[in-house]
Amino acid sequence: MNTLAAQFDVRYPAFHFQVSLAVPLEGVTAIFGPSGCGKTTFLRCLAGLERSSRGVVRFGNTVWQDEAQGLFLPISQRPIGYVFQDPRLFPHLSIRSNLEYGFKRTASGQRRLSFDHVLDVLGLHTHLDRRPHELSGGEQQRVAIGRALLTSPTLLLMDEPLSSLDGKRKREILPFIQRLDTELKIPIIYVSHSLQEVLQLATTLVMLKDGHVMAEGPLANVVTHMDWRGLVEDSHIGAIIDTVVEAHDLEFRLTRLRFGTRHLSVPHQEKGVGEHLRVQILSRDVSIVTSSPTFQSSVLNVLEAMVTGIGDVDSDHPLVDITLDIGCPLLATITRKSLAMLNLHPGQSVYVQIKAVALCQDIPE
Amino acid sequence: MSVMDWNPLWLTMQLAGVTVVVLLLVGTPLAWWLAFTKSRFRTPVEAIVALPIVLPPTVLGFYLLVALGPHGPIGGPWKDLTGSALSFTFTGLVIASTFYSLPFVVQPLHGAFEAVGKKPLEVAWTLGASKLDAFFTVASPMAIRGYLSAIVLGFAHTLGEFGVVLMVGGNIPGMTKVLSIAIYDHVEVLEYTQAHVLSAVLLVFSFLILTIVYTVNRRLPIHVS
Repeated sequence: MNTLAAQFDVRYPAFHFQVSLAVPLEGVTAIFGPSGCGKTTFLRCLAGLERSSRGVVRFGNTVWQDEAQGLFLPISQRPIGYVFQDPRLFPHLSIRSNLEYGFKRTASGQRRLSFDHVLDVLGLHTHLDRRPHELSGGEQQRVAIGRALLTSPTLLLMDEPLSSLDGKRKREILPFIQRLDTELKIPIIYVSHSLQEVLQLATTLVMLKDGHVMAEGPLANVVTHMDWRGLVEDSHIGAIIDTVVEAHDLEFRLTRLRFGTRHLSVPHQEKGVGEHLRVQILSRDVSIVTSSPTFQSSVLNVLEAMVTGIGDVDSDHPLVDITLDIGCPLLATITRKSLAMLNLHPGQSVYVQIKAVALCQDIPE
Repeated sequence: MSVMDWNPLWLTMQLAGVTVVVLLLVGTPLAWWLAFTKSRFRTPVEAIVALPIVLPPTVLGFYLLVALGPHGPIGGPWKDLTGSALSFTFTGLVIASTFYSLPFVVQPLHGAFEAVGKKPLEVAWTLGASKLDAFFTVASPMAIRGYLSAIVLGFAHTLGEFGVVLMVGGNIPGMTKVLSIAIYDHVEVLEYTQAHVLSAVLLVFSFLILTIVYTVNRRLPIHVS
């Protein structure tokens, strides 16, 4: 698989940005972190809008930048699409001319996306002859995404494209971004400070803080890593699982989800069989039992699991994190007393009871 | 009473027209530089550009006369090259007017480029436009009001100049005798009718051009929000 490898080292008066990363060129890579952590700087360096004296950018086998070799491909020649925080539509041009601006400047041999296809995906057919100021903020941002896509980029950079929009507009645009990944097969690097957006969109996650990488890897691995607890609010600690809708149980109003060879039952979902659904299982909603559950339980979702790691037992905190494998990583938070009673150790086979499953599109901010 | 002589009017229009063209060619890159540079020379350059606003035209005219004369730093080499000095010629007047009207072109453009800012340019670059391409297709149309103000102010200010042209151009009929000087001459010899006609022409013309510009400006389809 192709990767994007980047190294930057930029010193600002109050801030040292020093990042070395390799991310897969597929799916959505979320760059996540608090304001001022260097997320936007990272994107601007990737695009060539900001120049790092010791920067290196390698896109697959192509070198975009290697300052040690005196190599720097100017922005206009990097095959990227850039969606800024604000739409930044050209006010002197119609919507159509805005969309055509990059399209016209892309050699016809390089165009992989047709004008109509992009307009279809983003639902842009209706406003073509209007001026930018006549559109709502959400519509403008959709045009900005379309304008960037029409250069047929091999990589799409998005800098908090939803941050200027209210909740309703966000929910309107998020599905479009998901469709870019699944339908147009363009890898996306998505900068955000919203964990909700990240959990909903990302396949790979990079966490930045104070200009440095704190965590990186596949989303499911990063969010179930013990170190993750120190980086986000406790109420968000839990596993992320990508599932497929397998069946609906109309009698009990339940929907059966499959991941790998395992299943989860959740309250009925308005989703067709075969559709994808990403769920979150908070660590506080997972309990562990050591014997085979021959007893009756009100908990529907009971799964075989293997203990893979145990958190810090020496702290004086009453709770401790346990990582488990249920075909994908899972995180449970139990009391230290329970840990002692169950005598858990890595490699041990146990059962987990999952008390609640949250859908990622419903995770509160 | 002598016959009405329209030559000064024609000459003035020519001078203002040529000067505005020269000013746009010189002023655009200068205004662009002022709007986006981080150089420490920015402030002194800004001050130099604004000097003609505060200096008495005779001071500017005096220096230009010296510089453009047969022994001056500009006029000298020019004379070696062409055989004649720049003072008391139409070309000399264009050069003098360019300096004199520089702030009236550079300042509106500078403000307009600053208002456009870097953001739309960055977008254009990421969409595959070169720097020059982005300047012509994004920055310039977005700064159109600045251009309009620059052209009108540059033209009008050149139209009304007196001290500098008198110093540098002398008062040679058909060559450097512009409208404002012609009016002065008429008044000197008490030819009030001619002075009235020429003054009225200048007044009405100036009024019309400003009205047209303000109207056009208001209707320009630019909505920067």
